[in-house]
This record gives sequence, structure tokens and C-alpha cells, in this order.
Amino acid sequence: MRVVLAEDLFLLRDGLVRLLEAHGFEIAAAVGSGPELTRALAEEEPDVAVVDVRLPPTQTDEGLQCALQARRRRPGLPVLVLSQHVEQLYARELLADGDGGVGYLLKDRVFDAEQFTDAVRRVAAGGTAMDPQVIQQLLARRSAQDRPLERLTPREREVLELMAQGRTNAAIAARLVVTERAVAKHTANIFAKLGLEVSDDDNRRVLAVLAYLDHGR
Amino acid sequence: MTTATDVHGGVSAARGFPLAAVRGLALALVSLPGAVVCFVTAVVSVALIPVGVGIVTTPYVLRGVRAFADLRRVLAAEWGGVRIPRVYKRLPEDANPWARTFGMLGDPATWRDLLWLLVDMTAGFVTAVLTAALLVYPLEGFVVAAGLWRVLPDPWWYGFVPVSGQATALAAGALALALLLAGHVTAVRLLRAHFLLARAVLAPGAGELAERVRVLTETRRDAVDASAAELRRIERDLHDGAQARLVAVGMDLGTIEALVEKDPARARELLARARQSSAEALTELRELVRGIHPPVLAERGLGDAVRALALRLPVATEVSVSLSGRAEAPVESAAYFAVSEVLANAVKHSGADRIWVDVHHAEGRLRITVTDNGRGGAVVGAGSGLAGVERRLGTFDGVLAVSSPAGGPTLVTVEIPCASS
Repeated sequence: MRVVLAEDLFLLRDGLVRLLEAHGFEIAAAVGSGPELTRALAEEEPDVAVVDVRLPPTQTDEGLQCALQARRRRPGLPVLVLSQHVEQLYARELLADGDGGVGYLLKDRVFDAEQFTDAVRRVAAGGTAMDPQVIQQLLARRSAQDRPLERLTPREREVLELMAQGRTNAAIAARLVVTERAVAKHTANIFAKLGLEVSDDDNRRVLAVLAYLDHGR
Repeated sequence: MTTATDVHGGVSAARGFPLAAVRGLALALVSLPGAVVCFVTAVVSVALIPVGVGIVTTPYVLRGVRAFADLRRVLAAEWGGVRIPRVYKRLPEDANPWARTFGMLGDPATWRDLLWLLVDMTAGFVTAVLTAALLVYPLEGFVVAAGLWRVLPDPWWYGFVPVSGQATALAAGALALALLLAGHVTAVRLLRAHFLLARAVLAPGAGELAERVRVLTETRRDAVDASAAELRRIERDLHDGAQARLVAVGMDLGTIEALVEKDPARARELLARARQSSAEALTELRELVRGIHPPVLAERGLGDAVRALALRLPVATEVSVSLSGRAEAPVESAAYFAVSEVLANAVKHSGADRIWVDVHHAEGRLRITVTDNGRGGAVVGAGSGLAGVERRLGTFDGVLAVSSPAGGPTLVTVEIPCASS
């Protein structure tokens, strides 16, 4: 799987290259600025891009803007955005086109190599990887205004949180140490309580939940 | 921090004319006798200084003059929207009559007062009387035209019209109408001119400068205090938080090094702990950074930073932004933290379930309004978060205005003068 990596701090870039290579990824290009990233995305046609939000030369959200631009040129181009801080505002912009293949994680998540590489693979396959913090913020905000969310059992809330992060039933089951069938039952309950349409497609399901949390029905 | 409110909208011309005329009349009645009495007593009192009596009387007389000028200052602000700064030198409370007299005579403001008395009894009186006359004189013209001319001596001069018959009486009526229309257009402005005249004489450029220096000194001290306190807080947070955790990580790594051969299971356990500590250190640093300068503000500017802030609130918040460019970084930061504090206040105390934030830049000012539909009753009191906001805005000559009647809604306005790039 070919990866384009954009991170301006040499130590982090180097570390990420080594981590990804150790887990069987091929680094097509590792760059340190916005213009270089745009060029690499156009030339290398990677399977997935791992991008730091803040990049030179502007040191603003240049990485995010480059990624969004590249996705406009090539819809569905899988992009995993890394940042020192997560903002719902950015998550919303990444999810806005509804094409999937989007990830948005705190840089700390790199600490757990298994989970991180899992997220990269998920995004490359067109799935979603949202940082738990984004989901927690969304849930906290929705809960303050939303009745249906209050009707979820604590277990269902846990499942909802993991589902919104983009995890599959199998992954959720492994994480909560229950069977996949139990997770499927929880998911069905959650969708019924929130009044969402059930979908077999994992990614559609995640996007529906995220949209619900962000805007309500 | 004080800006002269030069345009006093409020009163429309139609309603303003009779009101201005009445006020003009009142001013005329007060200004001429008041100014004459004040001026004469002041001159006499000063003239009596060599004899000795003046030493005792002059402070009292001059204080009377100041009170008279103060009255005009109040009326200027209330009736004309003209703010006349009051800048008298302060004298020690226990000064003896001698020091008091010469202290007051050494104050340029005293001489401006006396000069103003002369202007007020002449030009000031004329402008005030004229304002009143523009209403009263046309009324006389109408009464004359309506039939009073029959009983008046022949010819009766109304303005330049000698009234001696029906035709000339009608001419007088026409003139009265013209005067009334002229009054309608000019009266409010004429009254304002009266106050502007007073300001021109009473308010010195140097006085404003002195006031400005005082304000700047005060806000600079606040800014220095605030940034020192901020640095102390950051130092403490780093010392007790991230720094301590990194020390723990280092120690754990040292132990792991020693254990890795002898007790791999225990080493793995410690590794997990080290990772946990470093993750916690990162979380703390992130919060700290957000408190110093929020990353979104650096990346996106004020508009999106406020939007991102609104997304974190538990209350439904609508944000509308109209900014053409970015303001200077310190202004952006001050504005952001002001909004952040105001929003936190609204969420904590108002009980509102909706908040509206409007951010826009117009006429060289960044203006932010935060409205909520809560229970109101917010005040800028000592110790409240809003007082802190007001102090910090002071550094940028910014102002905070709170309108929060009991029962709501609460409207908080933040205004900072700034150029937008």
C-alpha cells in the first residue's frame, strides 16, 4: 500500500516513515510543505495520504487545505489528517463531501502503532477514522440538546462512540470483548432509537451516525 | 477609552425643533446672567487679592465658575451629544487659601473658564437666543397675520415687512412661515453649535493628551499585570504537569532498561505506564497551548476560531462572521479571549438555550456582539469575568458594553479599534 506522508518536523516525519514501513506500508513520498504535498499527491497517485494539518510555508492549516483540494480533484482520495489538536470544525469540513475515505486523528494516536496502522488501512479502504475526542465532543454537545441520545443504554453509547470513530462491528466486538452478534444487536437498537435508516454498508453507517451527531436529523 | 459621541441621533428634526427652541430659551436665560455674574465676581475677587480679601474669596468664586461650567458640560452631553472633557488640576485637600488661590490661578483650565464666560455671554447667548427665536418669532408673525395687525399701531414692523393692511399682514405671515421652515432645518444644529463653541473654548488639546496619558498608564499597568500573572500560571502548569510527567517517563525508561533482561513482564508493564504518562503530558500541553493561543486562531483567524469555539459549547450557538481580512494577531487574540469569556459566562449563568454571535469589522472597528435568550441580570462587577475582559480590552482601547435587563435577553458588545489587513 503506497503512502504519501506530509509532516514538517523532521523527527516526526522520520518516525512515521519508520513506523509505517515496519508495518508493511510503502512510502511513495515523505514531504515537509504544502506545495510539495500537492505535487506529490498529483504525481504519485498514492493509496492513502497521511497529512499534518499545519504545514509550511504559511504554518496555517495548509495541510488540511491541500488535502481538501486534492480530494476535490480526485473525489474519494483517502486522506488521514493528523493534528496536535482536534476541532469539530475541521472534522466537519473533511466529512462534508460525503465520499468517505477520511481520517482525522490526534498525533498522540501514533503511540499505539496497531491502532494507528489499522486506521490508515481503514481510511485507504474508503472507511472513516475519527478521533475519539471528536466523537466525545460531538456526543457531549448533542446530549445537551437531544432526547433520543438519552434513551441509549450505557453499553449502546459505548458502541455508538466506537462506531462513530469508524470501527467495524468486528473491531468493536474485539474492543468490548463481546460477540459480533451482540454488537450487531446493539447497533440495530441504536439505529432504531435514533430513527436512522439501517445500512449494510459499514461506511454509510458511520457517515450517517456522524451526520446525526453533528446536525441531528 | 472614552470616545466623544459626536453624533447624537435619537431626536428627529421634527420633534427636535420645539425641544431645541425650549432648550435654547433655557440656555439663554441661564447663560447671560450666569456668565455675567460669574465673570464679574471672578474679576473683582482676583482684583481684591492684593488687599488680601481676594485670597480667601477667589477659591470659592472659581469653584462657582467651575460648577457653572460643569452644568454646561452636562447639558452639552445630554442635549447636544457633545462631550466636553473636564481637566482641572487637582489640589491637595489640606491646601491653605494662599496655595489654593494661586494653584487655581496657575491652572490653564481656570483661564479657559474665564475666557469661556466672555464667549458665553456674547456668542453663546446669541446662538441660544436665536434657537428660541426661530420658534417664537414666527408664532408672533402668524398671530399678526391672523388679525392682530388690526389693533396694532400702523405700521407694525415684522422683520423687514411694515404691516399696515391685509396684504402686508399676509406677507408677514409668509415671512413667518419661511422663518419657521428655516428653524426646522437649523434649530437642532444651532443648539449643537452652541455646545461646540463651548467645547472649542473649554476643552484644550493638551487636556485631552493628559487624559490619554492617564488612561494609557493605567491600561499599560493592567496589561503588564495580566501578562505577568499569565506567565506565572503557565510556569506553574508546566512545572506541575508536563514537566513532571516527562521526568516520570524518563525514570520509567531507565528502570525498563535495567529490567528488560531480568524481568521482561515487569518491563512491559512499565512501558505501558510510560506511554500513558507521555500521552497525559501531551494532553496537558494541548490544553495549555489552547489557553495561550488557540491553534485554530493561528491557523484560520478570528472568524473560524469563534466558530470552532461555538461548536464546543453545550448550547446551540449561531455564529455569523463578516471580516474582509485578518486583524493584527494581538487584537485577534484579545477579541477571541473576550468572546470566549463572554460565551462561558452566558453558558454558566444565563440559563439560555440559544446564543447568537456576530463578528464584523466596520469603520475601523472590530465589533462583536453576543446575544443570549437567558434570564439576564449580567453585570460588569468587581471580580466577575466580564470585569477582567473589560480590563484586558482596555489595552487595545477596546470597550465592553453589557445590556442585560432582568428577565433577559443579554446583549454583550465588544468593540476594538483596529485596521483589518
